[in-house]
Amino acid sequence: MFEAIAFYLFAFLTIAMFWITVTTKHALYALTALAAGMIFISAFFFILGADFMGVIQIIVYSGAVMALYAFGMMFFDTTRELHEKNPSSTLVFLLGGMAALLVVIMVSAPIVSGSIEAAYPIIEGIGNTQAIGMVLFTKYLVPFEVAAVMLLVAMIAGIIMAGKKMDISYSEMSEEQIDEKLDAEVIA
Amino acid sequence: MEITLTHYLVLSTVLFAIGLVGVMRRKNLLMLFFATEILLNSVNIALVAISHYHGDFTGQLFAFFIIAIAASEVAVGLGLLVLWFKRENKIDLDIMTSMKG
Repeated sequence: MFEAIAFYLFAFLTIAMFWITVTTKHALYALTALAAGMIFISAFFFILGADFMGVIQIIVYSGAVMALYAFGMMFFDTTRELHEKNPSSTLVFLLGGMAALLVVIMVSAPIVSGSIEAAYPIIEGIGNTQAIGMVLFTKYLVPFEVAAVMLLVAMIAGIIMAGKKMDISYSEMSEEQIDEKLDAEVIA
Repeated sequence: MEITLTHYLVLSTVLFAIGLVGVMRRKNLLMLFFATEILLNSVNIALVAISHYHGDFTGQLFAFFIIAIAASEVAVGLGLLVLWFKRENKIDLDIMTSMKG
């Protein structure tokens, strides 16, 4: 009973938040609604007994990814409203719904046909985090290491691309120096 | 009233549809990124739900790796976005026609 109440409550909240994210004209509203939706999604993970995934969802998505977006938005002009041309919405909604349905049918087709066996069954008696650690560091050790390297590469790429010319501080220069600098850039 | 796997799959479908609508409607690149995050999250819900109802850890581990991929995607994507914004002062999809495609 409580499971049902929690499921419907969080389902409604998540859908509402994500709906705000895709429809709002204001970038900051979209960011906050998305962060809230991510936290509500972690509730589903806790209901499903995947405690570790729920914690990771809060820490990585709501903590790291949303903070990264918030920092990234400092570079953009987010105070003005977005002006977007949206030609035909009906077609977009129809295509979106149909494509989503198609994906779910593709994913759930093998489940409906039955006869699937658990490759790494959930073990009774030990916690979710411990069990995940046991599977992750035995069967999925190589993907784990590759993911670590991929995160390192992404971090270096992000620093190199976003951090260009960040060694120059305009606030410490005088007006003449800034003008000189900008003129030199225009010529180059 | 019991919550079954179907409930979670329907929820995942709805969220995926919202994300797809966002990808197709949005012209601002930052908003497009938000829509992709919604897509990734809806798939995560489906994977964890299947993992729970079939008693298998694989779904949760796949969701774990999807989160790692999403994090690196954000790092690289935001770097490119900042670079593009410094050059054009705008992050609209409509003006990205330098290749004349």
